[in-house]
Amino acid sequence: MSPSRSFQGLILALHNFWAEKGCVILQPYDMEVGAGTFHPATTLRSLGPRPWNVAYVQPSRRPKDGRYGENPNRLQHYYQYQVILKPNPPDIQDLYLQSLRAIGIDPLLHDIRFVEDDWESPTLGAWGLGWECWCDGMEVSQFTYFQQVCGIECAPVSGELTYGLERLAMYVQGVDNVYDLNFNGLEGDRKVTYGDVFLQAEQEYSRHNFEHADTTMLLRHFEDAERECEALLGAGAPRGGGLHRMVLPAYDQCIKASHVFNLLDARGVISVTERQSYILRVRNLARQCGEAFLQTEAGGATAAAA
Amino acid sequence: MPDLLLELRSEEIPARMQRKAAVDLKKMVTDGLVEAGLTYEAATEYWTPRRLALDVRGLTARSRDVREERKGPSTKAPEQAIQGFLRSAGLSDVSQAKVQSDPKKGDFYVAVIEKPGRVAEEIVAEVVPAAIRAFPWPKSMRWGAASGPKGYSYGGIEGRGAEALRWVRPLQSILCTFGPETEETRVVDFEVDGIRSGNLTWGHRFHAPAAIEVKRFEDYVAKLEAAKVVLDAERRKAIILTEARNQAFASGLELVEDDGLLEEVSGLVEWPVVLLGEFEKEFLDIPAEVIRLTIRANQKCFVARPAGEAEKLANRFVLTANIEAKDGGAEIAYGNGKVVRARLSDAVHFWKTDQADLPDLGRLEAAAQKFGLDLAKPLDQRMARLDHLGVTFHAKLGTQGERVERIARLAEELATVVGADPRLARRAAVLAKADLQTEVVGEFPELQGAMGRKYAALQGEAPAVAAAVEEHYRPQGPSDHVPSEPVSIAVALADKLDTLVGFWAIDEKPTGSKDPYALRRAALGVIRIVVENGVRLGLLRTASAAYRSSLEDLCDDPSYLVSSDGVRASEFWGIFNPDANEFFLSGDLTDETAIWRLEPGGSASGMELVEQFPSPAALGRDLLSFFHDRLKVYLRDKGARHDLIDSVITPEADDLLLVVSRVAALGIFLDGEDGRNLLAGTKRAANILAAEEKKGTRVGDAVDPALLREPTEKALFHAVNQAESEAAQAIALQDFSGAMRALSALREPVDSFFEAVLVNDPDEAVRANRLALLARIRAATGQVADFSKIAG
Repeated sequence: MSPSRSFQGLILALHNFWAEKGCVILQPYDMEVGAGTFHPATTLRSLGPRPWNVAYVQPSRRPKDGRYGENPNRLQHYYQYQVILKPNPPDIQDLYLQSLRAIGIDPLLHDIRFVEDDWESPTLGAWGLGWECWCDGMEVSQFTYFQQVCGIECAPVSGELTYGLERLAMYVQGVDNVYDLNFNGLEGDRKVTYGDVFLQAEQEYSRHNFEHADTTMLLRHFEDAERECEALLGAGAPRGGGLHRMVLPAYDQCIKASHVFNLLDARGVISVTERQSYILRVRNLARQCGEAFLQTEAGGATAAAA
Repeated sequence: MPDLLLELRSEEIPARMQRKAAVDLKKMVTDGLVEAGLTYEAATEYWTPRRLALDVRGLTARSRDVREERKGPSTKAPEQAIQGFLRSAGLSDVSQAKVQSDPKKGDFYVAVIEKPGRVAEEIVAEVVPAAIRAFPWPKSMRWGAASGPKGYSYGGIEGRGAEALRWVRPLQSILCTFGPETEETRVVDFEVDGIRSGNLTWGHRFHAPAAIEVKRFEDYVAKLEAAKVVLDAERRKAIILTEARNQAFASGLELVEDDGLLEEVSGLVEWPVVLLGEFEKEFLDIPAEVIRLTIRANQKCFVARPAGEAEKLANRFVLTANIEAKDGGAEIAYGNGKVVRARLSDAVHFWKTDQADLPDLGRLEAAAQKFGLDLAKPLDQRMARLDHLGVTFHAKLGTQGERVERIARLAEELATVVGADPRLARRAAVLAKADLQTEVVGEFPELQGAMGRKYAALQGEAPAVAAAVEEHYRPQGPSDHVPSEPVSIAVALADKLDTLVGFWAIDEKPTGSKDPYALRRAALGVIRIVVENGVRLGLLRTASAAYRSSLEDLCDDPSYLVSSDGVRASEFWGIFNPDANEFFLSGDLTDETAIWRLEPGGSASGMELVEQFPSPAALGRDLLSFFHDRLKVYLRDKGARHDLIDSVITPEADDLLLVVSRVAALGIFLDGEDGRNLLAGTKRAANILAAEEKKGTRVGDAVDPALLREPTEKALFHAVNQAESEAAQAIALQDFSGAMRALSALREPVDSFFEAVLVNDPDEAVRANRLALLARIRAATGQVADFSKIAG
């Protein structure tokens, strides 16, 4: 399955590459998120002292980017390939470049560049320094050294690599329209394109995101999620020197609030001034989840020490 | 004398930080070396995206021995004092201190501290790590295992917690060699956070990934060059520029040069390879600036013009790759072309969208009515939306819509002063900010004004209106073009005065180096427009009128309502007398009353003070004195003497053009002999007067002709009367040279007076009368300038 012939071949090549480098290969998180960073395998696992190496594909939803399937580059649902190496190994840049070779990009034929791009996620209270990685002038990945997540200093720092899979696939397949991507690598009657798989979904979700999503219900869901997140954190809080017992379910609610906010934003019912306050509310949830995670085993705490 | 070579190699450093970082490195290291007692002949810094390097020549091989004698306490001093002295001098026992005698104070201890010189390598091994740890990156980060918490270990590397090294991106290696020109060099051995210094570096990331052993600067540069790294940024720039020009020329094109972009691009590559790319001709329909900025901002590429064209671009772009590609760069140019096309497609989309109708025009009716907008026209629609959306200009200064209303009002008034058609001035002001709502300006804020002008012209606005939409932002600084078309002048002045008045009203004036709203630039803009176009403008009156009409926007709820039976609204404006608990509507404002914002409250009047604003007069005065300060700077930059400026500026001088012509006339006058002598005579008169006034000597209220005795004083009295009235007439006509000429007639009588007459006459009445005459000289010359402030 050649990475330059099919979308799935590209994913498999990255899976193979990072699996050989010792990463846990996870499957996508089963919730709607705006980016691979929201997966608890990144957000929460980048906190605390324990090493963690993981790679996964994450479907990402950006309701506002929907274009009813009419724009060749923009999608409200797309895939990110996410790699977290914690702590980042000293040769992480080389590993990244090897992964490009593995999917057929020769750095002596193509101009690979690391261009300053400081990453920040206001909703997650996270930031880091790094680059956009360019291939012949096109941004194909985001490379970040996490400095802070959930408002908490990362110690140790994780290296995060995020590949925009559709863009990368369009590049290696030499295709100008995302819907023309060969998905399964077959030709003729048996060829399945990205459009065959996702065009209808893009059209339907664009309608939903911009026209039909029930904003009253969504506002309620936002508040429910916010309340539930804090309730779960409270219910799972350590008792008598123990560990926190319910961070992950609480964090799910934080994710939910964030996605509902994105939908409301796409529906245009959030004013400029309200926007900031919604972002702060989600960030506040993320911060509490991050702090609680540090009181769990995966977050580096031990019952005896607490 | 030995040389030092230092290289700090890291992952890619942001282009904008490289140059300063290299300079900082040089300063920190050389300062540290000098402080430790070394000297050097020369130091040069270098940088690429992946390294900072420093070449220090002629470094002394060791620092000098230092011997210092430190005086201590008396030998009879308490034990504690002696112990403290020993500690501070670094001695372990009193026997190590010498005893010296002083005839007056007796015996006391002296510590002789001898610091033997140290070898340079030892000093370098301290200075460089210290510089690395304290390096002033604008943003820095932690990374890798060392960023782990203390007590944890990752692959054998200990976490260092908060002590972990910070650098702009991970630091990968340190090269540090030292040695005389003719001999072998040695590695200066030190370690920073697990990175041990050595004599190795690495070449181009893709072309030469193997390690390279380096002795000194000469072979360092040569070996890097062989490994496809051009160390010197200026050379990289020269290569890029020359190649870009040549390749453009070979295709019948001319490179559109861009120094900022060249600097940035040279910081993105170690081995610049220039290539030409292409896009479809159809894209050339959008404005050249939009194409240039799209390609520049997103792709860091240059654009080119067909040779001989002034503005039109060619459908080519010039990119700088970092590799010598196996296929000669065909893939790279092709790939970049695809991205450029996608970006230009976006730009076309923006450009077309901006000329199409907005959805939901119905919602914009109210705004359209308020500004007299024609909703059939795209730019009018954008202005209506700007108002409709209530986009904030500044939290305390209301919305953009309110601001445009004020500017339009003011521009209309100013139009009559500057000779513009008030209707056109109003129209231009109403459209001036509309392009803030366009897609292109949203993408490229630096095109504000320029896009507004284009869209205004496309929808058939008068050329003066379209020009003013762009030019009202000007001048942007001391060297920017000053608008000269009357409509542009009216809108440019209105825009700047509204800004200044607004920020003065809320007390957000520039302080020290802080001027976040660029108010100094706005004031300089007003000055340059007024002076360079010869505009007569009473700033005090204009500013206080503008202030009065902007008061409502300063209030959250300007819909104050007062009926005959009292207050009916939650907030309103007025003049408030807290003592009498009385208030008036803002309609009753006089220039000297402060302005208050009231809310219903518990005081006897039922109202409470919430905020206070300056009175129109106070604001005008304060703002005018700010203008005076800026004017002084402006005139001084133009070479005017600052004492002359001070002598003609009075706190009320609100017609800046007059001030300028006075300074000019005075300068010319004082350059002549008449002027110089009159200045001396006037100063003498003023000094005598001042001395006598200080002593309390009586000065006559007016000159009594009957008391004049000497012919010279009679002649002077006559001359003063004549000169004073002639000068006054000339000044009334703003003829300052004429006024100076009239005054210069005083020179001879003043000189003769001082030669022949003794002011200090024994007769008190005569003396008082002569002093009164001197006062007349001061008053007569005072009409054009305060001569006491003039030097010489």
